[in-house]
Amino acid sequence: MIRILGLVVLVAAALAAPYFFYPIFLMKALCFALFACAFNLLLGYVGLLSFGHAAFLGTAAYITGHSMKVLGLPPELGILAGTAAAALVGLVFGWLAIRRQGIYFAMITLALSQMIFFYALQAPFTGGEDGIQAIPRGHLLGFIDLTSEIALYHFVLAIFVFGWLVIYRTIHSPFGQVLKAIRENEPRAISLGYRTDHYKLMAFVLSAALSGMAGSTKTLVFQLASLTDVHWHMSGEVVLMTLLGGMGTVFGPVVGAFLVVSIQNYLAQMGSWVTIIQGGIFVVCVLLFRRGIVGEVLALIRKLRERQARTG
Amino acid sequence: MFELLGIPPQVLFGQLLLGLINGAFYATLSLGLALIFGLLNIINFAHGALYMMGAFVAWLLLNMLGIGYWPSLFLAPVLVGLFGILLEKTMLSRLYKLDHLYGLLLTFGLALMIEGLFRQMYGVSGLPYPIPDALKGGQNLGFMFLPNYRGWVVVASLLICFATWFLIERTKLGSYLRAATENPALVQAFGINVPRMITLTYGFGVALAGFAGVLAAPIYSVNPLMGSNLIVVVFAVVVIGGMGSIMGAILTGFGLGMVEGLTKVFYPEASNTVIFIIMAIVLVLKPAGLFGRAR
Repeated sequence: MIRILGLVVLVAAALAAPYFFYPIFLMKALCFALFACAFNLLLGYVGLLSFGHAAFLGTAAYITGHSMKVLGLPPELGILAGTAAAALVGLVFGWLAIRRQGIYFAMITLALSQMIFFYALQAPFTGGEDGIQAIPRGHLLGFIDLTSEIALYHFVLAIFVFGWLVIYRTIHSPFGQVLKAIRENEPRAISLGYRTDHYKLMAFVLSAALSGMAGSTKTLVFQLASLTDVHWHMSGEVVLMTLLGGMGTVFGPVVGAFLVVSIQNYLAQMGSWVTIIQGGIFVVCVLLFRRGIVGEVLALIRKLRERQARTG
Repeated sequence: MFELLGIPPQVLFGQLLLGLINGAFYATLSLGLALIFGLLNIINFAHGALYMMGAFVAWLLLNMLGIGYWPSLFLAPVLVGLFGILLEKTMLSRLYKLDHLYGLLLTFGLALMIEGLFRQMYGVSGLPYPIPDALKGGQNLGFMFLPNYRGWVVVASLLICFATWFLIERTKLGSYLRAATENPALVQAFGINVPRMITLTYGFGVALAGFAGVLAAPIYSVNPLMGSNLIVVVFAVVVIGGMGSIMGAILTGFGLGMVEGLTKVFYPEASNTVIFIIMAIVLVLKPAGLFGRAR
């Protein structure tokens, strides 16, 4: 009962939010929330720390921007093209990176994503330092005008919910159970007869594709694809969102993304302090609360329930 | 004047020298990373930031206290090393029992903080650091012009790399270190203070980064971003070489620097990415790295 009530409140709040908050801020937060959820699928449920997820966000952003501005594709096809491109890059990167584990995996994904960065810096169609600017938002399915911010907000919300549900279904499926088994003990999963490399690659591609979807949507919101999207700082930011919110929880990355985007918004004028504070949050999270905000709250609820069960 | 494959030799050797200098920094930094990884099982993401700090400490010593290049070459690494020991004692040492990824995340956070602080104080335009008087000018080798300071960077980093190799592979202290890498519990049982050794190793690895920073200061301008641009390449170097062997790290570092230099001559568009491409190829053919052991 409480769950259903909570869900109703959440949906109502999400639908009403753009009338109370700045819609662009909300859309940015939603895009990054989807990005962080996609990243968390890999870190929280397979135990793979990728330090190169900016590559997927950025590739999709550039492809969507190019296909909408130069080729004149409608938004739905633009997002599809971006997502597919990110999935393809994810397939190649994943194929290479899953050959090594742990720390090496992180370093390899970081190095590979740097290749995309340099490509974006030099390739003619990306516009180098300027990026692709003034990308038209167009009409969704030919009749919904996305220049209206309220319409765009609901479209972005729909994409976020779709992506989040895909992740939710994945981690609660038999496939997701195998992923968790790999996280807990890969040799044992192998000895049980699972071809863990296949599972890891599939999870990697799914995570890359959804990150791409987030990147495409972000391009639609800001009408801009730039080098910021492919820079390794972006890869670090998504790690921060997931860590702060709580890795391995379904809502943690969403909370983390909203917090990090808020911090960026409020401190935008303070220059390097944003970076310093982000670094500080990393240090505090790692040293003091590794479960993240949502993880700690869940642990607290569990503890209270146990105490109740013991006394009652 | 003769030509090689249509490239004038001045250009070819000039780029090879630049490559060798980059290789010197790759080698010194990946050596420190490999040392730290061996004993702490942590990839020190802050390595680039501490390299940058080495350059800044030298700059500050010169401009605040009037201490010149030669004392700085010793003082700056020591100061950076002490800072590293402080980091290890207060933060890193709490993480050894946890998943190794937390060490990476913590040092990433530290790198952001250090870089952000220097950027806040000194901007991103870069500060000039003069070449010491003794190393000004250059030699005409007939086929190319060799600036003295650049020659010195290559020689100095080769010396420090081989000194480190000697220390670890040929001395008593080094044998304790290698033993502790294999089996810390057993070494501890023999009455050797392993936690202190870990602290000192981190300090030493970080001091190597600081040393590279001082060497780099007169070549590149002293810039808060100089470390983060380098560290990603160094990670790729480490993946290519594998972290199992000291000599492997040195050879891979210098070798890849030269490859990068050659790429600048023959196909400049790929010079930024050639090391990452080599990394991808090595991962396909020999996933454990050229000198690595599977672990």
